[in-house]
Amino acid sequence: MDREISLTVNGESVTARVAPRKSLVDFLRETLGLTGSHVGCEHGVCGACTVRVGGEIVRGCLTLAVQADGAVVETVEGVSDSGEIAALQAAFLERNALQCGFCTPGILLTATALLKENPAPSREEIREYLSGNYCRCTGYQAIVDAVETAAETIRGGGR
Amino acid sequence: MKPAPFHYEKPASLDAVFSLLDKHGDNARILAGGQSLLATLNMRLSAPDLLIDITGLDTLRGIAVDGGFLRIGALTTHAEVKGSADVAMHAPLLAQVMPFIAHPAIRNRGTFGGSLAHADPAAELPACMLALDAEMEIAGASGKRSVRAADFFRGLYETDLKPGEVLISVAIPVLSAGYRSGFSEFSRRSGDFAMAGLAAHAKFENGVLSDVRLAYCGVDIRAVRAAAAERVLDGKPLNANLLDEAKARLADDLDPPDDLQASGKMKIHLSQVLLGRVLSAMSSASEA
Repeated sequence: MDREISLTVNGESVTARVAPRKSLVDFLRETLGLTGSHVGCEHGVCGACTVRVGGEIVRGCLTLAVQADGAVVETVEGVSDSGEIAALQAAFLERNALQCGFCTPGILLTATALLKENPAPSREEIREYLSGNYCRCTGYQAIVDAVETAAETIRGGGR
Repeated sequence: MKPAPFHYEKPASLDAVFSLLDKHGDNARILAGGQSLLATLNMRLSAPDLLIDITGLDTLRGIAVDGGFLRIGALTTHAEVKGSADVAMHAPLLAQVMPFIAHPAIRNRGTFGGSLAHADPAAELPACMLALDAEMEIAGASGKRSVRAADFFRGLYETDLKPGEVLISVAIPVLSAGYRSGFSEFSRRSGDFAMAGLAAHAKFENGVLSDVRLAYCGVDIRAVRAAAAERVLDGKPLNANLLDEAKARLADDLDPPDDLQASGKMKIHLSQVLLGRVLSAMSSASEA
């Protein structure tokens, strides 16, 4: 019943046998040990499991590992190591935009997608884009501050 | 939670899909974007033996303008519809509705056809199909057929799709001169399904509305037209009195059941507010 899949995860080729019912985020966490993506609600509401498939953010809990056969998958570990999200990470630290940190990996990937589409978002646009990523600690104010700060840094030529 | 175990097939042709559906019947479910199906499996609200992943069928993907119709393949994602210049020009209602549908990460995987075949009563797209008088194009082992949206959405998560059939595309008449559309909804949280939503489409000529189509979601077991309110608005200059009369008639058109989000009475009120907001946005839009 298990199926063999081959995919690229954070630039490395991976081949594994997986049960069809295994979600992509469980595969990344349990099989590959990439525990930066988190499992929250498991029905697509909270956004903690956000990863990139084919360059686009998706819910890791609403994607099966078998569906990622042949895909290019990136997680918060990959975009962190590559330096892609360095400006956002620095801004989250500076603006105290995380407390428990459970939602942070998903929010970093979603904010990265936002800044790629819209390099100078308003606070309202930031809130709307992040509305599918729940944070139960911060009240969002500091997260919006941090995304604004990172957008300014990136527009100024930093990353 | 985790889903119950299931088998998985990813056929390379529609014929292979039909034969799997024929063999497994009710024990098989079609998997497209999976943004509703996988959530229900994770919650163990359903436990099929087999998922038939149709996302390998590239012929069901894409947007084209063809002989007066905008044709959207069933596997086209919400994000692709949202970003399409053809959709913005020929079916602006769909461009207007897309920001209301879930969130970017879900729009990247969720499919246009999947949402329609799922037929959630609070989903936005079935109401848009009614407002645009779209035709749903269906294929099965014995051939193809098409069904008007008005005959496609039959009940709670229930469509005209017969066992063994697959929704393959939707054909929407391209926007004619003078027509405008609008969409708005109320939801508890941004991106949630609607407590009440309105998709409107009508011809505007010198301040007079005609061919008015008002389709609501979230207020019944399926998307519904508001025929009495449409008749009030049809052929008359739009003004505050006419709008009040149309709002009053909504109480005849709609009979929303109470649900976890709102009472039926409150949903009527929300529907009336939406009518005012959407028509006022449509009438102040620049001449098309």
